[in-house]
Amino acid sequence: MTADVLLEKDLQAQFEERIARGDKIEADDWMPEEYRLALIKLISMHGISEIMGALPEKEWVPKAPTLYRKLGIMAKVQDEMGHGQLLLRVAEDLIKPLGKNREDLMQDLFAGRLKFHNVFHMATKSWGDAGLIGWLVDGAAIITQTNMLNASYAPYARALQRICAEEVFHAQHGEAIILALAEGTPEQKEMVQDALNRWWEALLFFFGPPSSDTTGSTKQDITIKYKIRINTNEELRQGFLSKYVPRIKSIGLTIPDPTLRFDEETEKWIYQQPNWENFKKIQRNEGPKSQERLKLRRTSYDDNAWVREALSARIG
Amino acid sequence: MTQKYENPVVELLFQLADDDYLFSYRGSEWLGLAPHIEEDVAFSSITQDTMGHATVYYRLLEGLGLGVADTLAHMRPATERKNSILVERPNGEGVYMETPRYDWAYAVARSYIYTTAKKIKIDSLKSSSDQSLAEAAVKISMELYYHLLHWKTWFVQLFNSTEDARNRMTKALEKVIADCGDLFSYGDAATEITNASLIESEQVLLNRWTEYVKPVFETIKVAVPTFGKPERNGRNGEHTKELQDAINTMSEVYRTDLTAAW
Ligand SMILES: [Fe+2]
Ligand SMILES: [Fe+2]
Repeated sequence: MTADVLLEKDLQAQFEERIARGDKIEADDWMPEEYRLALIKLISMHGISEIMGALPEKEWVPKAPTLYRKLGIMAKVQDEMGHGQLLLRVAEDLIKPLGKNREDLMQDLFAGRLKFHNVFHMATKSWGDAGLIGWLVDGAAIITQTNMLNASYAPYARALQRICAEEVFHAQHGEAIILALAEGTPEQKEMVQDALNRWWEALLFFFGPPSSDTTGSTKQDITIKYKIRINTNEELRQGFLSKYVPRIKSIGLTIPDPTLRFDEETEKWIYQQPNWENFKKIQRNEGPKSQERLKLRRTSYDDNAWVREALSARIG
Repeated sequence: MTQKYENPVVELLFQLADDDYLFSYRGSEWLGLAPHIEEDVAFSSITQDTMGHATVYYRLLEGLGLGVADTLAHMRPATERKNSILVERPNGEGVYMETPRYDWAYAVARSYIYTTAKKIKIDSLKSSSDQSLAEAAVKISMELYYHLLHWKTWFVQLFNSTEDARNRMTKALEKVIADCGDLFSYGDAATEITNASLIESEQVLLNRWTEYVKPVFETIKVAVPTFGKPERNGRNGEHTKELQDAINTMSEVYRTDLTAAW
């Protein structure tokens, strides 16, 4: 064995020791390639998802039905872009040693190498969807993100602190929209029920497959091993159901799954598995709106190329 | 057949409200599509502030018994709108629900000209004879400071950059200026508005604007533009087809049930 390999082995052992102790890793600390790559994958996907997530919601910003709601949804979508900015900066520090930058991340997105979250491949068909996204999608995001608040990678944990605080406002904003509709006219109630019917599968997909047996791959094992997150996808989904099923029912909505029930014996929710084939399609960017959203992002990116050039030019 | 304007403050409030409302609406169409993420965050913050300003004016109108603010914002047809032509123009080709081809040079030129004009008006409104207008102006001017700084930076930076950027900015500015004929106009209500000392006269503000932007135009080596006579005067409810399209979009949900709570 060469000295280099020995050194590498020592470093790996020391690193695992640090993780086991609950130490926090900073951007400039030594880290195993496996850890760095897992972080890059996780954080760049999280960052780009915040940005792609602005696209389905923005469709309803100009149409928001009152001045108050217009202001609320504008603030929310702005926050999401802010989250994207914050997270991409964390990702940029991680990819810098690999000689990559934000431009590369955008190109990865366009080429399909960098995925954006499955929930943002869906169509937003009504104002009810705008409310439902805030209430349940941001609600689901709070569950996954608080699970990583204590992540071993400190820059990510710090970003999540701020993000989670804002997500709570988003969920309240969404819930307020939904409550207004649920307590409103029959047409408004129908609007929320219809939104829930269409989004239920996406909400189950949100947390990812229960295990790699379902879809062939899941990155949860390595992130748990390195204490980036605590719980498995299925545990998070169970947490979501425990939190939201009673709330959804209490406002008079029907969950589009007659088999859904809480099993007292196993203390687990039993539910109709979503069609994971649809999930796999979304992962290949073949979801209902995948290509449209990518095209929108790519077109605006290309149309603004001259601006980026102008900004980087040092003239005068 | 000159129309009498019994309540000039109402006329002026509608002009101010509709200006900011439409400007903010056009800004909100840009959401998620700005040249970079940092700009998206900053631009949408300005858009929000501006919607907040429109809301202040609509609520003042509501207080004067003109109707509910939300109805005033959403339900008045184009013929009743008092905004300038400049703010109703689309951001570029295409519609925001599909894949629009928006023009950042136009966004910067329009925003810079609109925001500087707004500053001149807001400063004058601070000494308005109408107390609530004067108070609103003081609050608005605090946020406006950042908007001005933001658009001035973009405006100068793009003009003084690559040749391509300068050409695009020159074209965009021409397009913007062609629509500025009614920017400082109070329309047919001008006499009543200025006689009531609600705000200074069109000419005074226009001269002040020219002085105000002069140093910036010197840095970009462009003569301060002059505004021609308006082809249509938005202050009198004369508008382009794009305005009604915009109104239809922004009221799409509200219109479905005017009595519902949203
Ligand atoms: Fe977010
Ligand atoms: Fe959020």
